[in-house]
Amino acid sequence: MILTIAKREFLSMFLSPLAWVILAVIQVILAWSFFTSIDVFFSIQSDLTTMKNAPGVTDLIATPLFEVASIVLLMVTPLLTMRLISEEKRNKTISLLYSAPVSIADIVLGKYIGLLFFVFTLIAMISLMPLSLAMGTTLDYSKLFSGVLGLFLALAAFSAAGLFMSSLTDNPMIAAISTFGLLLLLWMINLSTETAGSVFSYLSLHVHFTALLRGILNSRDIAYFVLFIVGFIVLTIRQLETQRLQS
Amino acid sequence: MSALISVNNLTRHYGDFCAVDDISFALAAGDILGFLGPNGAGKSSTMQMLTGNLAPTFGEIQINGVDLLENPKTAKAALGYLPENPPLYKDMTVLEYLEFCGRLHLISKQQLAAACDSAINRCGLSDVRQRLIRNLSKGYQQRVGIAQAILHSPPVIILDEPTVGLDPIQILEIRDLIKTLGENHGIILCTHILPEVQAVCNRVQIINQGRLVYSANMEDMLNTENMQYEITLSNVSDADTLSQDSTFTSAERISEHGFLVASDVAADKLIEHIVQQQWGLTKFTEHKTSLEQMFIELTLADNKSDDALMDGAA
Repeated sequence: MILTIAKREFLSMFLSPLAWVILAVIQVILAWSFFTSIDVFFSIQSDLTTMKNAPGVTDLIATPLFEVASIVLLMVTPLLTMRLISEEKRNKTISLLYSAPVSIADIVLGKYIGLLFFVFTLIAMISLMPLSLAMGTTLDYSKLFSGVLGLFLALAAFSAAGLFMSSLTDNPMIAAISTFGLLLLLWMINLSTETAGSVFSYLSLHVHFTALLRGILNSRDIAYFVLFIVGFIVLTIRQLETQRLQS
Repeated sequence: MSALISVNNLTRHYGDFCAVDDISFALAAGDILGFLGPNGAGKSSTMQMLTGNLAPTFGEIQINGVDLLENPKTAKAALGYLPENPPLYKDMTVLEYLEFCGRLHLISKQQLAAACDSAINRCGLSDVRQRLIRNLSKGYQQRVGIAQAILHSPPVIILDEPTVGLDPIQILEIRDLIKTLGENHGIILCTHILPEVQAVCNRVQIINQGRLVYSANMEDMLNTENMQYEITLSNVSDADTLSQDSTFTSAERISEHGFLVASDVAADKLIEHIVQQQWGLTKFTEHKTSLEQMFIELTLADNKSDDALMDGAA
Protein backbone atom coordinates (compact mmCIF):
# COMPACT_ATOMS: atom_id res chain seq x y z
CA MET A 1 0.00 0.00 0.00
CA ILE A 2 2.80 2.39 0.94
CA LEU A 3 4.63 1.28 -2.19
CA THR A 4 1.59 1.97 -4.40
CA ILE A 5 1.57 5.57 -3.22
CA ALA A 6 5.36 5.79 -3.44
CA LYS A 7 5.38 4.50 -7.00
CA ARG A 8 2.73 6.95 -8.13
CA GLU A 9 4.59 9.80 -6.46
CA PHE A 10 7.86 8.86 -8.11
CA LEU A 11 6.37 8.40 -11.58
CA SER A 12 4.31 11.56 -11.36
CA MET A 13 7.50 13.57 -10.87
CA PHE A 14 8.66 12.46 -14.27
CA LEU A 15 5.30 13.36 -15.82
CA SER A 16 6.06 17.02 -15.28
CA PRO A 17 9.15 18.65 -16.77
CA LEU A 18 10.26 19.73 -13.28
CA ALA A 19 12.08 16.50 -12.43
CA TRP A 20 13.84 16.36 -15.79
CA VAL A 21 14.89 19.99 -15.59
CA ILE A 22 16.18 19.56 -12.05
CA LEU A 23 18.17 16.45 -12.97
CA ALA A 24 19.64 18.19 -16.01
CA VAL A 25 20.55 21.44 -14.26
CA ILE A 26 22.15 19.66 -11.31
CA GLN A 27 24.11 17.42 -13.63
CA VAL A 28 25.47 20.35 -15.64
CA ILE A 29 26.48 22.39 -12.59
CA LEU A 30 28.11 19.44 -10.85
CA ALA A 31 29.87 18.29 -13.99
CA TRP A 32 31.43 21.74 -14.26
CA SER A 33 32.51 21.62 -10.63
CA PHE A 34 33.90 18.11 -11.15
CA PHE A 35 35.84 19.30 -14.17
CA THR A 36 37.30 22.22 -12.23
CA SER A 37 38.43 19.90 -9.41
CA ILE A 38 40.21 17.67 -11.90
CA ASP A 39 41.91 20.71 -13.35
CA VAL A 40 43.11 21.79 -9.91
CA PHE A 41 44.30 18.27 -9.21
CA PHE A 42 46.44 18.21 -12.35
CA SER A 43 47.99 21.59 -11.59
CA ILE A 44 49.09 20.58 -8.09
CA GLN A 45 49.88 16.96 -8.90
CA SER A 46 53.65 17.50 -8.97
CA ASP A 47 53.59 19.16 -5.53
CA LEU A 48 51.59 16.29 -4.11
CA THR A 49 54.27 13.74 -4.91
CA THR A 50 56.73 15.56 -2.62
CA MET A 51 54.25 15.80 0.24
CA LYS A 52 54.01 13.44 3.19
CA ASN A 53 50.47 12.11 3.76
CA ALA A 54 49.30 13.88 0.65
CA PRO A 55 45.53 13.93 0.06
CA GLY A 56 44.43 11.44 -2.57
CA VAL A 57 42.24 11.74 -5.64
CA THR A 58 39.10 11.03 -3.61
CA ASP A 59 39.85 13.87 -1.16
CA LEU A 60 40.65 16.34 -3.86
CA ILE A 61 37.89 15.52 -6.32
CA ALA A 62 35.03 13.50 -4.79
CA THR A 63 34.81 15.40 -1.50
CA PRO A 64 34.58 18.88 -3.05
CA LEU A 65 32.05 17.54 -5.56
CA PHE A 66 29.79 16.26 -2.76
CA GLU A 67 30.20 19.52 -0.91
CA VAL A 68 29.02 21.52 -3.90
CA ALA A 69 26.25 18.98 -4.47
CA SER A 70 24.99 19.39 -0.91
CA ILE A 71 24.71 23.15 -1.33
CA VAL A 72 23.01 22.95 -4.73
CA LEU A 73 20.58 20.37 -3.41
CA LEU A 74 19.87 22.47 -0.33
CA MET A 75 18.39 24.94 -2.77
CA VAL A 76 16.73 22.40 -5.06
CA THR A 77 15.13 19.97 -2.57
CA PRO A 78 12.47 22.50 -1.50
CA LEU A 79 11.34 22.59 -5.13
CA LEU A 80 10.92 18.83 -5.11
CA THR A 81 9.11 18.63 -1.79
CA MET A 82 6.89 21.68 -2.09
CA ARG A 83 4.08 20.02 -3.97
CA LEU A 84 4.04 16.69 -2.10
CA ILE A 85 1.08 17.40 0.14
CA SER A 86 0.20 21.02 -0.47
CA GLU A 87 -0.73 20.43 -4.10
CA GLU A 88 -2.95 17.51 -3.17
CA LYS A 89 -4.69 19.71 -0.66
CA ARG A 90 -5.10 22.52 -3.16
CA ASN A 91 -6.47 20.21 -5.89
CA LYS A 92 -8.54 18.32 -3.30
CA THR A 93 -7.08 15.05 -4.55
CA ILE A 94 -6.08 14.29 -0.97
CA SER A 95 -9.66 13.15 -0.31
CA LEU A 96 -9.07 10.19 -2.64
CA LEU A 97 -6.34 9.02 -0.26
CA TYR A 98 -8.30 9.89 2.88
CA SER A 99 -11.35 7.89 1.81
CA ALA A 100 -9.31 4.90 0.62
CA PRO A 101 -8.48 2.14 3.10
CA VAL A 102 -5.07 3.61 3.98
CA SER A 103 -3.95 5.35 7.13
CA ILE A 104 -2.40 8.80 7.24
CA ALA A 105 0.91 7.20 8.20
CA ASP A 106 0.74 5.13 4.97
CA ILE A 107 0.10 8.26 2.92
CA VAL A 108 2.98 10.20 4.49
CA LEU A 109 5.43 7.31 4.31
CA GLY A 110 4.39 6.53 0.75
CA LYS A 111 5.05 10.06 -0.35
CA TYR A 112 8.37 10.17 1.50
CA ILE A 113 9.58 6.90 0.03
CA GLY A 114 8.52 8.02 -3.44
CA LEU A 115 10.70 11.06 -2.98
CA LEU A 116 13.58 8.92 -1.73
CA PHE A 117 13.43 6.98 -5.02
CA PHE A 118 14.09 10.27 -6.75
CA VAL A 119 16.91 11.04 -4.33
CA PHE A 120 18.47 7.67 -5.17
CA THR A 121 18.34 8.53 -8.86
CA LEU A 122 19.93 11.88 -8.20
CA ILE A 123 22.73 10.44 -6.06
CA ALA A 124 23.39 7.62 -8.51
CA MET A 125 23.90 10.17 -11.27
CA ILE A 126 26.18 12.32 -9.12
CA SER A 127 28.26 9.35 -7.91
CA LEU A 128 28.88 8.24 -11.47
CA MET A 129 31.24 11.18 -11.93
CA PRO A 130 33.84 10.29 -9.26
CA LEU A 131 33.34 6.60 -10.07
CA SER A 132 34.39 7.27 -13.66
CA LEU A 133 37.86 8.14 -12.31
CA ALA A 134 38.28 4.46 -11.41
CA MET A 135 39.11 3.89 -15.05
CA GLY A 136 42.40 5.75 -14.68
CA THR A 137 43.32 5.62 -11.02
CA THR A 138 42.60 3.88 -7.73
CA LEU A 139 39.89 5.37 -5.55
CA ASP A 140 39.44 5.25 -1.81
CA TYR A 141 36.12 3.41 -1.98
CA SER A 142 35.44 3.51 1.77
CA LYS A 143 35.76 7.26 1.78
CA LEU A 144 33.63 7.52 -1.33
CA PHE A 145 30.98 5.35 0.31
CA SER A 146 31.02 7.47 3.41
CA GLY A 147 30.58 10.58 1.27
CA VAL A 148 27.69 9.09 -0.69
CA LEU A 149 26.06 7.99 2.55
CA GLY A 150 26.50 11.50 3.93
CA LEU A 151 24.95 13.04 0.84
CA PHE A 152 22.07 10.57 0.98
CA LEU A 153 21.38 11.20 4.67
CA ALA A 154 21.54 14.96 4.15
CA LEU A 155 19.13 14.77 1.21
CA ALA A 156 16.80 12.44 3.11
CA ALA A 157 16.79 14.96 5.94
CA PHE A 158 16.08 17.85 3.55
CA SER A 159 13.20 15.85 2.10
CA ALA A 160 11.69 15.06 5.50
CA ALA A 161 11.76 18.73 6.47
CA GLY A 162 10.27 19.67 3.09
CA LEU A 163 7.51 17.09 3.48
CA PHE A 164 6.55 18.59 6.82
CA MET A 165 6.52 22.14 5.47
CA SER A 166 4.38 20.97 2.58
CA SER A 167 1.80 19.58 5.00
CA LEU A 168 1.44 22.95 6.72
CA THR A 169 0.08 24.90 3.77
CA ASP A 170 -1.86 24.44 0.58
CA ASN A 171 0.40 26.83 -1.29
CA PRO A 172 3.47 25.11 -2.80
CA MET A 173 5.42 28.38 -3.05
CA ILE A 174 5.10 29.03 0.67
CA ALA A 175 6.12 25.44 1.39
CA ALA A 176 9.23 25.83 -0.80
CA ILE A 177 10.35 29.12 0.72
CA SER A 178 9.84 28.02 4.31
CA THR A 179 11.64 24.72 3.66
CA PHE A 180 14.55 26.60 2.14
CA GLY A 181 14.64 29.00 5.11
CA LEU A 182 14.59 26.21 7.66
CA LEU A 183 17.28 24.19 5.90
CA LEU A 184 19.56 27.15 5.36
CA LEU A 185 19.20 28.14 9.01
CA LEU A 186 20.03 24.62 10.18
CA TRP A 187 22.91 24.46 7.72
CA MET A 188 24.68 27.56 8.95
CA ILE A 189 23.47 27.74 12.55
CA ASN A 190 27.00 26.97 13.77
CA LEU A 191 28.75 29.71 11.80
CA SER A 192 29.43 31.96 14.77
CA THR A 193 32.78 31.03 16.33
CA GLU A 194 31.41 31.25 19.87
CA THR A 195 29.03 28.39 19.20
CA ALA A 196 31.69 25.78 18.54
CA GLY A 197 30.96 22.69 20.60
CA SER A 198 27.70 24.16 21.88
CA VAL A 199 24.17 23.01 21.18
CA PHE A 200 24.16 25.03 17.94
CA SER A 201 27.01 23.04 16.57
CA TYR A 202 25.16 19.85 17.42
CA LEU A 203 22.01 21.10 15.66
CA SER A 204 23.84 22.06 12.50
CA LEU A 205 23.25 19.86 9.48
CA HIS A 206 26.57 21.00 8.06
CA VAL A 207 28.69 19.76 10.97
CA HIS A 208 27.26 16.24 10.74
CA PHE A 209 27.48 16.20 6.98
CA THR A 210 31.15 17.24 6.83
CA ALA A 211 32.09 14.56 9.35
CA LEU A 212 30.69 11.89 7.02
CA LEU A 213 32.30 13.57 4.04
CA ARG A 214 35.72 13.32 5.66
CA GLY A 215 35.17 9.60 5.99
CA ILE A 216 34.34 9.58 9.69
CA LEU A 217 31.44 7.16 10.18
CA ASN A 218 30.32 8.22 13.62
CA SER A 219 27.09 6.83 15.07
CA ARG A 220 26.42 10.29 16.54
CA ASP A 221 26.12 11.80 13.09
CA ILE A 222 24.02 8.98 11.73
CA ALA A 223 21.76 9.11 14.77
CA TYR A 224 21.34 12.85 14.20
CA PHE A 225 20.10 12.33 10.65
CA VAL A 226 17.86 9.41 11.57
CA LEU A 227 16.28 11.39 14.42
CA PHE A 228 15.89 14.39 12.15
CA ILE A 229 14.08 12.31 9.51
CA VAL A 230 11.88 10.34 11.91
CA GLY A 231 11.04 13.51 13.82
CA PHE A 232 9.79 15.37 10.75
CA ILE A 233 7.83 12.38 9.46
CA VAL A 234 6.08 11.96 12.79
CA LEU A 235 5.36 15.70 12.86
CA THR A 236 3.84 15.46 9.37
CA ILE A 237 1.57 12.60 10.38
CA ARG A 238 0.49 14.46 13.50
CA GLN A 239 -0.08 17.61 11.48
CA LEU A 240 -2.37 15.90 8.96
CA GLU A 241 -4.31 14.17 11.72
CA THR A 242 -4.84 17.48 13.49
CA GLN A 243 -5.98 19.10 10.26
CA ARG A 244 -8.63 16.42 9.85
CA LEU A 245 -9.96 17.43 13.25
CA GLN A 246 -9.86 21.15 12.62
CA SER A 247 -10.44 21.90 8.97
CA MET B 1 -30.26 -7.35 7.82
CA SER B 2 -27.89 -4.84 9.33
CA ALA B 3 -27.70 -1.36 7.88
CA LEU B 4 -24.90 -0.45 5.47
CA ILE B 5 -24.44 2.86 7.15
CA SER B 6 -25.63 3.77 10.56
CA VAL B 7 -24.94 7.20 11.95
CA ASN B 8 -25.66 8.15 15.52
CA ASN B 9 -25.67 11.65 17.01
CA LEU B 10 -23.13 12.91 14.52
CA THR B 11 -21.99 16.41 15.45
CA ARG B 12 -19.34 18.68 14.02
CA HIS B 13 -18.23 22.09 15.22
CA TYR B 14 -15.93 24.52 13.43
CA GLY B 15 -14.86 26.63 16.37
CA ASP B 16 -18.14 28.02 17.75
CA PHE B 17 -20.03 27.32 14.55
CA CYS B 18 -21.99 24.09 14.60
CA ALA B 19 -22.06 22.77 11.02
CA VAL B 20 -23.67 19.41 11.74
CA ASP B 21 -25.88 19.07 14.77
CA ASP B 22 -26.80 15.68 16.20
CA ILE B 23 -27.70 13.81 12.99
CA SER B 24 -28.75 10.16 13.06
CA PHE B 25 -29.81 8.01 10.14
CA ALA B 26 -29.34 4.62 8.53
CA LEU B 27 -28.92 3.33 5.01
CA ALA B 28 -29.96 -0.18 3.96
CA ALA B 29 -28.83 -2.16 0.92
CA GLY B 30 -30.89 -1.24 -2.13
CA ASP B 31 -31.57 2.24 -0.82
CA ILE B 32 -30.80 5.30 -2.88
CA LEU B 33 -30.91 8.07 -0.36
CA GLY B 34 -31.25 11.63 -1.59
CA PHE B 35 -29.50 14.00 0.75
CA LEU B 36 -30.86 17.50 0.24
CA GLY B 37 -30.14 20.85 1.74
CA PRO B 38 -29.52 24.48 0.84
CA ASN B 39 -25.96 25.77 0.52
CA GLY B 40 -24.05 25.64 3.77
CA ALA B 41 -26.55 23.31 5.41
CA GLY B 42 -23.87 20.78 6.33
CA LYS B 43 -24.32 18.31 3.46
CA SER B 44 -20.70 18.17 2.43
CA SER B 45 -19.44 18.18 6.00
CA THR B 46 -21.61 15.15 6.72
CA MET B 47 -20.33 13.36 3.61
CA GLN B 48 -16.74 14.18 4.52
CA MET B 49 -17.26 12.71 7.97
CA LEU B 50 -18.86 9.56 6.56
CA THR B 51 -15.81 9.02 4.35
CA GLY B 52 -13.15 9.77 6.94
CA ASN B 53 -12.04 13.06 5.41
CA LEU B 54 -13.15 14.94 8.47
CA ALA B 55 -13.17 13.83 12.08
CA PRO B 56 -16.51 14.31 13.87
CA THR B 57 -16.57 16.35 17.07
CA PHE B 58 -18.97 13.86 18.52
CA GLY B 59 -20.95 10.82 17.38
CA GLU B 60 -20.64 7.38 15.92
CA ILE B 61 -20.42 6.16 12.31
CA GLN B 62 -20.70 2.52 11.31
CA ILE B 63 -20.10 1.41 7.75
CA ASN B 64 -21.12 -2.12 6.88
CA GLY B 65 -21.14 -2.86 10.61
CA VAL B 66 -17.59 -1.58 11.20
CA ASP B 67 -16.92 1.50 13.29
CA LEU B 68 -15.23 4.11 11.12
CA LEU B 69 -13.42 5.81 13.97
CA GLU B 70 -12.10 2.68 15.68
CA ASN B 71 -11.35 0.64 12.60
CA PRO B 72 -10.95 3.10 9.73
CA LYS B 73 -9.13 0.84 7.26
CA THR B 74 -11.73 -1.94 7.28
CA ALA B 75 -14.62 0.52 7.25
CA LYS B 76 -13.23 2.55 4.36
CA ALA B 77 -12.71 -0.58 2.26
CA ALA B 78 -16.50 -0.77 1.97
CA LEU B 79 -16.76 2.77 0.66
CA GLY B 80 -16.70 4.51 -2.70
CA TYR B 81 -16.73 8.29 -2.61
CA LEU B 82 -17.04 10.97 -5.23
CA PRO B 83 -16.40 14.31 -3.53
CA GLU B 84 -17.73 17.63 -4.78
CA ASN B 85 -14.50 18.18 -6.70
CA PRO B 86 -13.52 14.90 -8.35
CA PRO B 87 -10.10 13.97 -6.90
CA LEU B 88 -8.29 13.42 -10.19
CA TYR B 89 -4.55 13.32 -10.82
CA LYS B 90 -4.71 15.26 -14.03
CA ASP B 91 -1.32 14.26 -15.37
CA MET B 92 -2.29 10.58 -15.54
CA THR B 93 -4.31 8.85 -18.22
CA VAL B 94 -7.78 7.55 -17.35
CA LEU B 95 -6.59 3.96 -17.26
CA GLU B 96 -3.46 4.71 -15.20
CA TYR B 97 -5.56 6.67 -12.74
CA LEU B 98 -8.15 3.93 -12.35
CA GLU B 99 -5.44 1.31 -11.92
CA PHE B 100 -3.91 3.41 -9.16
CA CYS B 101 -7.30 3.77 -7.45
CA GLY B 102 -7.83 0.03 -7.76
CA ARG B 103 -4.51 -0.76 -6.11
CA LEU B 104 -5.28 1.80 -3.42
CA HIS B 105 -8.52 -0.08 -2.74
CA LEU B 106 -6.68 -3.40 -2.50
CA ILE B 107 -8.02 -4.97 -5.69
CA SER B 108 -5.82 -7.95 -6.48
CA LYS B 109 -3.61 -7.88 -9.58
CA GLN B 110 -5.66 -10.54 -11.37
CA GLN B 111 -8.92 -8.64 -10.94
CA LEU B 112 -7.56 -5.17 -11.54
CA ALA B 113 -7.85 -5.15 -15.34
CA ALA B 114 -11.37 -6.57 -15.26
CA ALA B 115 -12.49 -4.07 -12.61
CA CYS B 116 -11.08 -1.14 -14.61
CA ASP B 117 -12.73 -2.38 -17.81
CA SER B 118 -16.08 -2.75 -16.16
CA ALA B 119 -15.94 0.72 -14.58
CA ILE B 120 -14.80 2.25 -17.88
CA ASN B 121 -17.67 0.64 -19.76
CA ARG B 122 -20.27 1.53 -17.19
CA CYS B 123 -19.26 5.17 -17.21
CA GLY B 124 -18.87 5.37 -20.99
CA LEU B 125 -15.15 6.10 -20.93
CA SER B 126 -14.00 3.53 -23.52
CA ASP B 127 -13.03 6.18 -26.08
CA VAL B 128 -10.87 8.17 -23.71
CA ARG B 129 -9.16 5.48 -21.65
CA GLN B 130 -5.68 6.34 -22.96
CA ARG B 131 -6.08 10.10 -22.78
CA LEU B 132 -4.70 12.40 -20.13
CA ILE B 133 -7.36 13.39 -17.62
CA ARG B 134 -6.16 17.01 -17.93
CA ASN B 135 -7.32 17.10 -21.57
CA LEU B 136 -10.80 15.74 -20.93
CA SER B 137 -13.90 17.92 -20.76
CA LYS B 138 -15.56 18.60 -17.42
CA GLY B 139 -18.24 16.02 -18.12
CA TYR B 140 -15.74 13.29 -18.85
CA GLN B 141 -13.70 14.22 -15.79
CA GLN B 142 -16.85 13.93 -13.73
CA ARG B 143 -17.41 10.46 -15.20
CA VAL B 144 -13.87 9.43 -14.33
CA GLY B 145 -14.69 10.54 -10.78
CA ILE B 146 -17.77 8.30 -10.77
CA ALA B 147 -15.77 5.41 -12.26
CA GLN B 148 -13.29 5.78 -9.42
CA ALA B 149 -16.09 5.56 -6.84
CA ILE B 150 -17.64 2.37 -8.26
CA LEU B 151 -14.39 0.70 -9.34
CA HIS B 152 -14.01 -1.67 -6.41
CA SER B 153 -17.81 -2.26 -6.27
CA PRO B 154 -18.09 -1.13 -2.66
CA PRO B 155 -21.28 -1.86 -0.70
CA VAL B 156 -21.67 1.86 0.01
CA ILE B 157 -21.34 4.55 -2.64
CA ILE B 158 -21.43 8.21 -1.72
CA LEU B 159 -21.84 10.65 -4.59
CA ASP B 160 -21.62 14.38 -3.93
CA GLU B 161 -23.33 16.19 -6.82
CA PRO B 162 -22.44 13.61 -9.48
CA THR B 163 -24.20 15.27 -12.42
CA VAL B 164 -22.56 18.70 -12.20
CA GLY B 165 -21.13 19.72 -15.56
CA LEU B 166 -22.76 16.94 -17.55
CA ASP B 167 -24.93 17.50 -20.62
CA PRO B 168 -28.60 16.41 -20.48
CA ILE B 169 -27.99 13.09 -22.20
CA GLN B 170 -25.10 12.26 -19.91
CA ILE B 171 -27.23 13.23 -16.92
CA LEU B 172 -29.85 10.68 -17.98
CA GLU B 173 -27.13 8.05 -18.47
CA ILE B 174 -25.65 8.70 -15.06
CA ARG B 175 -29.08 8.59 -13.44
CA ASP B 176 -29.71 5.23 -15.06
CA LEU B 177 -26.31 4.07 -13.85
CA ILE B 178 -27.11 5.19 -10.30
CA LYS B 179 -30.44 3.35 -10.46
CA THR B 180 -28.75 0.15 -11.65
CA LEU B 181 -26.08 0.45 -8.97
CA GLY B 182 -28.81 0.99 -6.38
CA GLU B 183 -30.07 -2.52 -6.94
CA ASN B 184 -27.12 -4.11 -5.12
CA HIS B 185 -25.42 -1.19 -3.39
CA GLY B 186 -26.46 1.41 -0.87
CA ILE B 187 -26.11 4.87 -2.36
CA ILE B 188 -26.15 8.32 -0.87
CA LEU B 189 -26.77 11.00 -3.44
CA CYS B 190 -25.97 14.44 -2.24
CA THR B 191 -27.40 17.16 -4.44
CA HIS B 192 -29.49 20.26 -4.62
CA ILE B 193 -31.10 19.34 -7.91
CA LEU B 194 -34.57 18.34 -6.74
CA PRO B 195 -35.85 16.64 -9.91
CA GLU B 196 -32.80 14.41 -9.76
CA VAL B 197 -33.78 13.19 -6.32
CA GLN B 198 -37.34 12.63 -7.52
CA ALA B 199 -36.11 10.70 -10.54
CA VAL B 200 -33.58 8.48 -8.85
CA CYS B 201 -33.98 8.15 -5.10
CA ASN B 202 -36.33 6.02 -3.08
CA ARG B 203 -35.62 7.84 0.15
CA VAL B 204 -35.10 11.48 0.86
CA GLN B 205 -33.60 13.44 3.72
CA ILE B 206 -33.49 17.18 4.06
CA ILE B 207 -30.87 18.85 6.18
CA ASN B 208 -31.01 22.50 7.17
CA GLN B 209 -28.63 24.44 9.36
CA GLY B 210 -26.95 21.25 10.45
CA ARG B 211 -30.14 19.53 11.55
CA LEU B 212 -32.04 16.74 9.89
CA VAL B 213 -35.45 18.30 9.32
CA TYR B 214 -37.12 15.68 7.14
CA SER B 215 -36.71 12.02 6.36
CA ALA B 216 -39.12 9.81 4.46
CA ASN B 217 -39.54 7.23 1.75
CA MET B 218 -40.17 8.83 -1.59
CA GLU B 219 -43.44 6.94 -2.15
CA ASP B 220 -44.81 7.88 1.24
CA MET B 221 -43.93 11.47 0.64
CA LEU B 222 -45.65 11.66 -2.71
CA ASN B 223 -48.73 9.84 -1.47
CA THR B 224 -49.27 11.86 1.65
CA GLU B 225 -49.48 14.99 -0.41
CA ASN B 226 -52.70 15.70 -2.24
CA MET B 227 -51.95 15.55 -5.93
CA GLN B 228 -51.73 19.02 -7.36
CA TYR B 229 -52.51 20.02 -10.93
CA GLU B 230 -52.00 23.11 -12.98
CA ILE B 231 -55.05 23.73 -15.15
CA THR B 232 -55.99 26.42 -17.62
CA LEU B 233 -59.70 27.12 -17.95
CA SER B 234 -60.65 29.63 -20.65
CA ASN B 235 -64.18 30.19 -19.25
CA VAL B 236 -63.21 30.76 -15.63
CA SER B 237 -61.40 33.81 -14.31
CA ASP B 238 -61.66 33.62 -10.52
CA ALA B 239 -60.80 30.93 -8.03
CA ASP B 240 -64.09 31.10 -6.12
CA THR B 241 -65.91 29.05 -8.74
CA LEU B 242 -63.43 26.27 -8.14
CA SER B 243 -63.23 26.65 -4.36
CA GLN B 244 -67.01 26.16 -4.10
CA ASP B 245 -66.68 22.87 -5.98
CA SER B 246 -66.21 20.12 -3.42
CA THR B 247 -64.09 18.02 -5.81
CA PHE B 248 -61.15 20.29 -5.12
CA THR B 249 -59.53 20.47 -1.71
CA SER B 250 -57.93 23.78 -2.61
CA ALA B 251 -57.78 26.15 -5.55
CA GLU B 252 -55.53 29.06 -6.23
CA ARG B 253 -55.36 31.43 -9.18
CA ILE B 254 -51.84 31.67 -10.58
CA SER B 255 -52.46 33.53 -13.86
CA GLU B 256 -55.43 35.05 -15.72
CA HIS B 257 -57.01 31.70 -16.54
CA GLY B 258 -54.50 29.43 -14.84
CA PHE B 259 -55.20 27.73 -11.55
CA LEU B 260 -53.32 25.51 -9.17
CA VAL B 261 -55.72 23.00 -7.69
CA ALA B 262 -55.37 20.08 -5.32
CA SER B 263 -57.64 17.10 -5.28
CA ASP B 264 -57.74 13.56 -3.95
CA VAL B 265 -59.74 12.39 -6.97
CA ALA B 266 -57.83 10.43 -9.61
CA ALA B 267 -56.68 12.44 -12.60
CA ASP B 268 -58.98 10.86 -15.22
CA LYS B 269 -62.08 11.35 -13.07
CA LEU B 270 -60.99 14.89 -12.39
CA ILE B 271 -60.69 15.71 -16.08
CA GLU B 272 -64.09 14.17 -16.72
CA HIS B 273 -65.53 16.34 -13.98
CA ILE B 274 -63.94 19.52 -15.32
CA VAL B 275 -65.14 18.80 -18.86
CA GLN B 276 -68.66 18.24 -17.59
CA GLN B 277 -68.63 21.66 -15.95
CA GLN B 278 -67.83 23.18 -19.39
CA TRP B 279 -65.13 25.44 -17.99
CA GLY B 280 -63.19 25.31 -21.26
CA LEU B 281 -60.26 23.13 -20.20
CA THR B 282 -57.23 23.86 -22.41
CA LYS B 283 -54.37 22.62 -20.27
CA PHE B 284 -53.99 20.02 -17.58
CA THR B 285 -50.63 19.17 -16.06
CA GLU B 286 -49.53 17.40 -12.96
CA HIS B 287 -47.90 19.85 -10.59
CA LYS B 288 -44.67 18.03 -9.84
CA THR B 289 -43.09 20.42 -7.40
CA SER B 290 -44.22 18.75 -4.22
CA LEU B 291 -40.64 17.98 -3.19
CA GLU B 292 -39.57 21.47 -4.09
CA GLN B 293 -42.41 22.95 -2.06
CA MET B 294 -41.57 20.81 0.89
CA PHE B 295 -37.91 21.76 0.56
CA ILE B 296 -38.72 25.46 0.50
CA GLU B 297 -41.20 25.22 3.33
CA LEU B 298 -38.84 23.25 5.56
CA THR B 299 -35.75 25.30 4.93
CA LEU B 300 -37.42 28.70 4.88
CA ALA B 301 -39.61 28.00 7.89
CA ASP B 302 -36.54 27.32 9.96
CA ASN B 303 -34.75 30.43 8.82
CA LYS B 304 -37.83 32.51 9.51
CA SER B 305 -38.29 31.21 13.02
CA ASP B 306 -34.65 32.05 13.66
CA ASP B 307 -35.16 35.55 12.30
CA ALA B 308 -38.20 35.91 14.54
CA LEU B 309 -36.08 34.96 17.53
CA MET B 310 -33.48 37.50 16.53
CA ASP B 311 -36.12 40.19 16.20
CA GLY B 312 -37.48 39.27 19.61
CA ALA B 313 -34.02 39.56 21.13
CA ALA B 314 -33.45 42.93 19.52
